[in-house]
Amino acid sequence: MTDHLNLLIGLAMGLNLVALGSSRLPSLIRVAAFQGVVLGLMPLVMEPELGVLAGLIASATVLMKGLVIPGLLRRAMRAARIERDLAPLIGFLPSLLLGAAGMMGAVALARQLPLLPEHRNSLLVPGAAATVFTGLLLLVGRTKAISQVCGYLILENGIYLFGLLLLGSTPLLVEGGILLDLTVAVFVTGIIVDRIQRAFDSLDTRKLTALHE
Amino acid sequence: MTLTLTSLADLLARLALWAIVAPLLPGLINRVKAWVAGRRGPPVLQLYYDLGKLWRKGVVVSTLASPGFFIGPVVTWVALLGAAALVPLGPLGATLSFRGDVILLVYLLALARFATAWAAWETGSAFEGMGAAREVSYAVLAEAAIITAVLTLSVHSGSLSLAALLAPTPGAGAALLAAGWFIVLLAENCRVPFDDPNTHLELTMIHEAMVLDHSGPLLAVVLHGAALKLMLFAMLLVQAVVPLGDLSASVAGAVLWVGVLGVAVGVGLVESLLARYAFRRVPLLLTTAFLFCWFALMLAWKGGVA
Amino acid sequence: MNELWLVLTPLIAAAAAAAWPRNATRPWFLPATGLVHAGLALALLWRPPPTPLHAWLGWDALARAMLPAVSLLFLGCAAYGVPYLRLRAERSNRVFVAGFLAALGLISAAHMARHLGLLWIATEAVTLACVPLLHFNDTPRAYEATWKYLLVGSTGIALSLLGSFCLGYASRHGGGTGNLTFAALMAQGAGLSRPWVLMAWVLLLVGYGTKMGLAPMHTWKPDAYGEAPGIVGAMLAGGVTTVAFTAVLRVRAVVEAAGAGRVASLTLLAMGLFSMLIAALFLLSTRDFKRMLAYSSVEHMGILSLGAALGGAGVWAAFFHVWNNSMTKGALFLSAGNLRRAAGGRTMDEVSGMACVTPRSAALFVAGLFAVTACPPFGPFFSELLVLRTAFATGRGWAAAIWLGCLLLAFCGLTRVVFSIAYGRPRRAARQLGRQFPETLGVIAPPLGLLLLALWLGVATPQILLDAWTAAVAQLASPP
Repeated sequence: MTDHLNLLIGLAMGLNLVALGSSRLPSLIRVAAFQGVVLGLMPLVMEPELGVLAGLIASATVLMKGLVIPGLLRRAMRAARIERDLAPLIGFLPSLLLGAAGMMGAVALARQLPLLPEHRNSLLVPGAAATVFTGLLLLVGRTKAISQVCGYLILENGIYLFGLLLLGSTPLLVEGGILLDLTVAVFVTGIIVDRIQRAFDSLDTRKLTALHE
Repeated sequence: MTLTLTSLADLLARLALWAIVAPLLPGLINRVKAWVAGRRGPPVLQLYYDLGKLWRKGVVVSTLASPGFFIGPVVTWVALLGAAALVPLGPLGATLSFRGDVILLVYLLALARFATAWAAWETGSAFEGMGAAREVSYAVLAEAAIITAVLTLSVHSGSLSLAALLAPTPGAGAALLAAGWFIVLLAENCRVPFDDPNTHLELTMIHEAMVLDHSGPLLAVVLHGAALKLMLFAMLLVQAVVPLGDLSASVAGAVLWVGVLGVAVGVGLVESLLARYAFRRVPLLLTTAFLFCWFALMLAWKGGVA
Repeated sequence: MNELWLVLTPLIAAAAAAAWPRNATRPWFLPATGLVHAGLALALLWRPPPTPLHAWLGWDALARAMLPAVSLLFLGCAAYGVPYLRLRAERSNRVFVAGFLAALGLISAAHMARHLGLLWIATEAVTLACVPLLHFNDTPRAYEATWKYLLVGSTGIALSLLGSFCLGYASRHGGGTGNLTFAALMAQGAGLSRPWVLMAWVLLLVGYGTKMGLAPMHTWKPDAYGEAPGIVGAMLAGGVTTVAFTAVLRVRAVVEAAGAGRVASLTLLAMGLFSMLIAALFLLSTRDFKRMLAYSSVEHMGILSLGAALGGAGVWAAFFHVWNNSMTKGALFLSAGNLRRAAGGRTMDEVSGMACVTPRSAALFVAGLFAVTACPPFGPFFSELLVLRTAFATGRGWAAAIWLGCLLLAFCGLTRVVFSIAYGRPRRAARQLGRQFPETLGVIAPPLGLLLLALWLGVATPQILLDAWTAAVAQLASPP
């Protein structure tokens, strides 16, 4: 079970680097969506007896992260007729190197923290830390509103990955609430993106400079 | 190491083998490209005909050219052939093998590149200088990946000799290394997506721009050297990834040659399916190669987290 | 189960307001709900019901010490909301009223949340409910502010979710059964895995600190407070920030029980002092009186954080300050809203002489300035004095010295802006606009009421509040 899980986490970590290196918006959205689907499959791999709970969480996650949210983003992108090349604040090359460094930092961090015996051979903690770091890097380093949303999605993916450590020990109610909140957050963000587009005729957040000291 | 008569004969035979087989690979690549595009394409042996034709022709030399213009291609060719002599041939092993030969190999490759760039500058033409500048700046990044790959292999095998180094790491490490090395191969041999060997636009050339002024036998030497380099990288790639040591000698030999031809087919496919990248995207791709090799190194070093 | 109605009443009212067909009468949902909520909260303040130890949602001592303040502030804002929305009759207030009411219900839920996961869900929901309030003005600048609020706020709240997971893992690693109520976590105490607790503390402090607006995570605050309508600014500064402060206090109690209280105190102290310093420096340079209020809010969050860092009496003083902060910020934001409307501008360069155009609002604004800069006899003076005394008593004289320096700088910065817009010759545009927006009772009484409450808190703090704060400190200090 750990081997399969680690394979999926390794894939998700590789996708982090792909996300940092992709220079076009559609490919960034695709990477974030694919990572979401990979994450959604994890509870199925983790729970050997395939409980209803695991199946429910998995299908909800795949549906949300892989289909609904990327669909919303793509629609916003088309509606706003954004130029598809991403303008980075932190260049693709530095962000790729930073991402790789973050990945190694994550592995080093995970070695420092005490883990339960069943998590000792798993990549969950380094994977989560590296993904969170990648998300933050994208949030800071990209200027297009939609690419920042993609960064936020990847950040969320990292947190979800960490949440898998607690799978089974937190009540379903809490997990459902969290999933709902995150979805609404992205939905609200999508609406605001739409309004910004109408108000500024652009989705480049560098143009949002009316407010400063 | 004593250089006996038999080992000398062995060495000469190998060099002849390298020199004769190498021009096959570019022909194969062109054939694959033609096949994907639905054309008949040139014969597989086209490069041999070209070399023969060029060898018989005269040389046109710019009035600005200095002796370096003539020496450069020759030094390149000799350095590459010397590097080829160091590479073990699967079950046959290497004739010249000593501790640290891998470092000599890296330096010989660097020498070959230097000599090409030098010859390019000696023509006094703007295009050549531009091509040389591009070639060298990409080489810096590619070399980082090469050195990391060498480190990975030497950490894994605990040795600095090529014959021992090329025992592959199993699993994820080998896959990462193969991916990284394949990108380096494309970059070092100026293939798509780094450079288009068929381009006719001087402004977008890299390697081709450097040899615009070479003609006749000199161009033949340059072309043959390029074929040697391609085969050298393919040979290293196959031996570093496929566990040849576990197979019997004859099977291993067959696998090695099939592997090298397979790499050529792979290059042909990449060339048919990808467009050339913009110059600013090239460092990104080379850094990706470096990262592949780097993570392979981490895996080899820490024995794998997974 | 009376306390549940604190959450349900506003949510039901929000749903009803969303369905209400008449734009003109919909704002009346605000004061009606405010009255019910405040009445219920005050009744519960006097007669607290018993809370089961492991209940997820309950009127415990901490909620009792804080929530009535938010409730009173909301009542003030709601009373102001009716005349305010009548002035903005040209646009639909459906989303605004519903969002405002939902925010109150969710704030109540977050204050009463005694479960790590529930607390996070409620806080995130408050963040989202406030989004439509921020861009009510529908200008490009408002959308820019909303975008920054959403991006910074969501990132912060996401990090606090990560921190919650870390705390959950600390409990599991220590042999916990997955009961993530704060009572259970505190009972586990030193059994929690220390590295995970420290990591959780850092992430939760950054996350909830972003919502509080502690520097350096305060960057969304000036934009959001500057662009939002006055009543929204008041609710954000006096209501939403207290939610995050409650969260920090609850988490800190767990961290302290786990034996890492010293680290927690030091980080809170450092962030508090840094916030005050940043706020003081920006107050000296800002020229916009609504952004000025935002920096003042950052400064007061710094004071709360400092109080929490000092522990014991410091926390008690922080509760006192929460009440004072809510009342004074309410008065300031509401009167600033009046000034902003009549002046047609927001910076010292565009506005002056408002004492002639809108004398009552300007007087309220100046009085609020004295309250917020801790001049006696207003409440903030007494609460800040208490924090200061605790700092000296616990041997943190150097921190108190830095703080006093910051207070002085902040006072200079605030008076500079306030006096330059209140006095001098009024601009022509303001004279005309001022006639359009007369100072009716509806827009003067709410800020006046809140300011009088701040005064009352200072002059004669009711005994019941003193007891509530003492009980809350006791709840935080000792594992049940």
